[in-house]
Parts: sequence; C-alpha cells; structure tokens
Amino acid sequence: MTLDPVFLARIQFAFTVGFHFIFPALSVGLALLLAAFETLALRKGGDAYAELGRRFGKLLAITFVVGVATGITMEFQFGTNWAQYSRFVGDIFGAPLAAEALLAFFVESTFLGLYMFGRGRISKRLQWFSALMVACGATMSAFWIIAANSWQQTPAGYVFNPATGRAELTSFLQAVFNPSTLIRFLHTMDALLICGCFFVAGVAAYWLLRDRNSLVARKALRLAMIVGLIASVLELFPFGHEHARQVGVHQPEKLAAFEGLFEGGPNAPLTVMGIPTNDRIIGAVRVPYLLSMLVHFRPSGIVHGLNEYPPEDRPPVVLPFAAFHVMVSLGMLFILVTAFGAYRLRGGRLYEDTWFLRLLIFAIPLPVIAAEAGWIVAEVGRQPWIVYHLLRTKDAVSASVSAGEILFSLILFFAIYALLFVLYVYLICRAVKEAAAESTAMPSELQSDPRSKI
Amino acid sequence: MIDLNAIWYILVGVLFTGYAILDGFDLGVGVLSMFARNEDERRLHLNAIGPFWDGNEVWLVAGGGALFAAFPPVYATVFSGFYIAFMLLLAALIFRAVSIEFYGKVDSPAWRSVWGWAFGIGSLLPAILFGVAFGNILRGLPIDHRGEFVGSFFTLLNPYALLIGVLSLAMFIMHGAAFLTMKTEGEIRDRMSKWAVRAWVVFALLYIAATFFSMRVSPHLFRDLTTNVFFYLALIPLAIGIAGFPAALSARKYLAAFAASAATIASMIALSGLSLFPWLAPSRINPGFSLSAYNASSTPKTLGVMLIIALIGMPLVLLYTAFVYWIFRGKPQSSHESY
Repeated sequence: MTLDPVFLARIQFAFTVGFHFIFPALSVGLALLLAAFETLALRKGGDAYAELGRRFGKLLAITFVVGVATGITMEFQFGTNWAQYSRFVGDIFGAPLAAEALLAFFVESTFLGLYMFGRGRISKRLQWFSALMVACGATMSAFWIIAANSWQQTPAGYVFNPATGRAELTSFLQAVFNPSTLIRFLHTMDALLICGCFFVAGVAAYWLLRDRNSLVARKALRLAMIVGLIASVLELFPFGHEHARQVGVHQPEKLAAFEGLFEGGPNAPLTVMGIPTNDRIIGAVRVPYLLSMLVHFRPSGIVHGLNEYPPEDRPPVVLPFAAFHVMVSLGMLFILVTAFGAYRLRGGRLYEDTWFLRLLIFAIPLPVIAAEAGWIVAEVGRQPWIVYHLLRTKDAVSASVSAGEILFSLILFFAIYALLFVLYVYLICRAVKEAAAESTAMPSELQSDPRSKI
Repeated sequence: MIDLNAIWYILVGVLFTGYAILDGFDLGVGVLSMFARNEDERRLHLNAIGPFWDGNEVWLVAGGGALFAAFPPVYATVFSGFYIAFMLLLAALIFRAVSIEFYGKVDSPAWRSVWGWAFGIGSLLPAILFGVAFGNILRGLPIDHRGEFVGSFFTLLNPYALLIGVLSLAMFIMHGAAFLTMKTEGEIRDRMSKWAVRAWVVFALLYIAATFFSMRVSPHLFRDLTTNVFFYLALIPLAIGIAGFPAALSARKYLAAFAASAATIASMIALSGLSLFPWLAPSRINPGFSLSAYNASSTPKTLGVMLIIALIGMPLVLLYTAFVYWIFRGKPQSSHESY
C-alpha cells in the first residue's frame, strides 16, 4: 500500500492546527477576561479582583505555554510540508505571518512574563497595564492570522504573474482587508471570548461548589455569565449570520456544502438536520424558503447548489455539514445557558443551583469544540482549494518530502500532543483545586456574607 | 533608493542574531541546568530566565516569519529540505518550553527529574541543531534546478555541519554561563564563571578549527572578504568580544562579560552573513541553482511593506523588551510566582 503524501500532509496539518487552536482560543478568551479583572481591581480596589487576576493568571500561563509550543509547529509547517504553497503565495501570505510575530507575539509574550513574574515587584498600575498588553497582543495575533487565512478564502490585492508562476501583491491593504477578514475576525474573536467566559464560569462554579461563600468565585461567575450572554447572542446575530451570508456571496460552494444544498435556485430551503452524505442528505428536515431568506432576505434570492459545480471543484459535504450543525447547536446552547445564568443572577439565586454549577463545569470545553467545528467548516469547506480558485491543495505540498517522512512526523506529533493534552488537563485541574483549597483559608474580605445576593 | 533585497538579507540576519543572543542564553542555561548540584540550584536556573525566555523565543518566530515573507523560496526549500532535522528541533523546542512552565507544578522528585531532563535535553538539541543547520548553509546544499533540496537527513549530518553544531553548543553554553554570573552570587557565581571560561576555551579552539575547515569546504566564502570594508569592521567587535570575555570575568565585570559574548555571537553571524552574501541557500550541485536574496525574494512591493512594518514594530520591541530586562535586573527573587 502506497501512502499518499498529500493526504498525510493534510492530516498532519489538520491535527496540529486543530490541537494548537485549543490553546490560543482559551488564551485569548482568558487574557481578555484577565484584563477585565485587573481593570476592576485597579478601579474598584479590594482584594477579590486582584485575587482573580492571580488565580486566572496562573491558568493562563499554563495554557499560553502549550499554545506557544504548538504554535512554532505551525510556523514551520508551511515551509516543511507546504513548500509549493509557500513559493506560490509567499509574496502575499508571508507578510501577515511576519507582522503577527513583530507586532503581536512579542507584545503578548514579553508582557505575560512581566505580568506573571512582576506581581509584588511592580506597581498595581503596571500590573494592570501588562494584563492589558497581553490582551492586546493576543487580539492582534488573532487579527493577523485570520487576515492570512481569510486571504486563502477570498484572495484579493494580488495578481497572478505567469512569468514567475506565483501570486504577487498589488495592494497590501486589499490583501489584508479582503472581503472576509473583518467578519471572520469579529466572529472568531467573539467565539474566543465565549471560550474564555465558559472557562471562567466553569472554574468559578467548581470553586463555588466547594465554598458557596467565595466572593472571588461569585464575582468571576457574574462577569462570565453577563459577558458570556452578550457574546453568545452577538455570535449568532449579527456575527454568525453575516459570516454565513458572506460565505454565500464569496464562496457559494462552501455554503452549499455546509447547508447540504445540492439543487440550487430561488426559494432555497434550509436543512435543519439530517444525515449528510456526499450526494444527498438522508432524512433531511427542511424549512422551505428559509435559506434564501437568510442569505438574501427574500425568498426569490438564488442560493447556489453543489450540483451547479464540476465535481472536481466541489467541497466534501459530510464534514462541513456535520460540523456546521454542531457549531450552531452549541452556539444556541451557549445562549440558553448564559441566559439562564443571568436570569438566576438577577434573582440572586444562581449560587444555589448545584445542578447548574455542575453543568457549567462540564460546559468548559464546549465553546472550544464549537470553534473547532467552525474551523472544520471553513477549511474543509474550502477544499479542493488551498487558495480559493487559485491553487489546489494537492498542488501545494512539498515535493522533496516523502510520505515516509510525513508519517514519521505525524506519529511524533500524535505522541507528543497526546502527552501534552493529558498533562495540560491534569495541571489545570490541579491548579484549580489548589486555588479552591486556598479559598477556605482566605481572609474575610474574600468571603461574602451568606445572606447577601452578590 | 537602497536595495530592498540587501536590506531584508540584513534584517533576517538581525532577527536570527537577536534570537541567538537572547534565546541563546536560555538554551545555554538549560544545558547548564543539567549540571546543577541540587533542587534549589536548578530552580535558580529556571527563575533566572523566567521572565525573559518566552519573549526571547519570539525572535525565532519573527526570523522565520521574516524569511517566509521576504524570501519565500528559501523558506520553502530549506524548511522542506531539512524536514526530519526540523521536526526533531520542533520536538525539542516544544519540550523545552513546557518543561519550564511545568517543572515546579507538582511537588514530586520524579516529576522534577523528568521535566529537568526535558529542560536540559530540550535546550541541548536545539543548540546543536541550529549550528548544524547553519553549517549546512555555509557548506552548500544539494539543490537542483527546480530549487528543491535533493539530499536526505544524513546529507545534513556531514562532519563540517556537525562541527558547527558543536561550536554552536559551546557558544551558547558560554553565553548562558555569562548570563548566570549576572544572576547569581557567591559560590554559585564563581562556579558559573568557571563554566564560562571553560566553555570559552572550547569555543575559541572550535572557532579556529571551524574557520580552517570552512576555508577547505567552502573557499568561495572567503574570496571577496578581504576587500570588503565591513569584514574588517566586523572583526573589531569579534576580537574585543573573544579577548574581552575572559578578562571581564576575571575582573568580575559580569555585565561586560555578557556583552562580550553577545558581541562575539553578533560578529560571528555578521561575518558569516557577509561571506555568504547575497546567497541564502547555496547549491553544491551547481552554483546556478543557488538561491539568493535577489533570485529568491518577494516582490519589491512586499519587501517595502514589510520594511514599514518592521520599522514600526522593531523599535517598540526593543523598547519594551529592554524595559522588562531592566525591571528584572539583579538576582531572581524566589516567590510564590516563580517557577
């Protein structure tokens, strides 16, 4: 049996980027909330928010280092496994990646070091500023990598030069701010914020289960539920909705794939659920006219179906369809959960709902899963293109790397990342438990009055 | 208008030099940590680099990113050509990074032993592999008419490249030991100073050997050197660095010693860059197949845009990096926040 280097390279990239993504997702979300905690600590004073900064800072540090470690893999991998891609689009694609390092990675890594090691040594103002800089750096990093990936989806600001056989930059601004960058940036940043909110909520819920009076945990849960609700609603509407419409305009094959639409036209129905195969949806439950309505705001709007495209240009259906529906279902669940949490908060009864607190703990990984599902839609839905309508994935791999070598590195990554995952979960759980154990020994300022509603 | 290709050749060199000077001492400290006499000493090594190592490592990402942006065919050919070596390098860097963070998280001798070794070997391997990679560039690579690397992993393990690998290791140990003399005191500091001098001796001997070996293996590197004014300019900090290092140590001027090893690293890379210019990936098969800053670069437009980004970003980086080093000047304090 001969191994296909293209297939192996794709599996390796999908696996390494999918694993890597978990950690920036949590890191960005946590960094944003950490900046919020430190801002509240600086403005409101008291010990609770500062304590939250300290505890979540530790969790961020553990998460961040795994993100860094697995991130270097990604930078190397464009060169190691996708050399043809690198040569073909390097003139445009390389710049955002370099900008990400120069303008974002330096900021977040340097200031995280200051934040973690400076506690007690630096002023409260500088402590707050470091947290803010970490959040800014993380956000800028997300921007640049999304801009780069968006260029793969909706390339702009370039021209193909037949003399050099590569794509060449004509406008940096058009390439970076291509038709999909902005909506994808908003959609992704909001998703990462939700990841952070559920992480904080779940951890705070655990602390509350150990000690209902923990003021620290209560404040964290409050912030997480309120921010989480706003973020979850925005994620569906307008961000998610606008993103899907944008895909309908610029990458109609992808929309057709994840919506399971084979026959296009006006009055296109929305397939709410079904079992996807590559030529039809089994047992499809459809709502008439709804897809045309969503994409074009009128039933007569034409939505393209997969059958309009030559077979070699069609993306697969199974993964995008399944992933999309998982993502949307989870997205709606996040709205329900945070809405319930906010509702109970208003009544001052949130901290008594043991079942809900337990649910929050189990909900921690769900936004990360939803975001990964979203990426599967985005990336598998773009196939067979690595740059939409410009370069096919199968023409992009490194010619000098054999299938055997890729198999070697693939196994190496599986083994190392499996180990890292186990260690990460173990260390996070440990850190959360140790923080809870400290809670019962906290001075009284950090304990709330059992009769209070805060 | 100054040549954008030459500017980027230099900038990529600056980024990788910055990496060598900064993460270089992290790697050196990691290697030295394997010789720590007890638990407290190993923690000292970790905390000495604690606030800095993550920011230092970004220079590698920046250098790689800049190489991709400015010279995509070089990035593609070298990274895919050095496949297995780079995978091993990645594995080592991954373990080095997480070992620093994980080391102190569980109070168990077995746990610390595992992560201590991960920190040590995770520092040792990259220190050698970077030198091996650079040595292969200096020696030339089997690159064909398509610009593809047509050798194997074992092509890279030739005696010359391996020598440069060991030289690189000695250099980083010397540099790491110098850093530790600034961050320790008393008996430990004296021991680190001895390590630094020993490493310097090995480094100096290896450097002389490597220079002669280079003349034999890659004579073209030396051809236009003696007529180049920058060659003589680069020799000055090299000479001061190499000679000044042991002198500074014996005078107990530890910051000066560290500056001397930094100057040595910078001038060594500068000299190599000078001798290679404009080649980035020379071909042993046929010089006509070599990749240079001129035949393997991005368009002037991209180089120009990237230059603006670099001119905005790098001064800021230097500013806040210097700030953090200044905040954490002096000895590492052991606290609840340390490793």
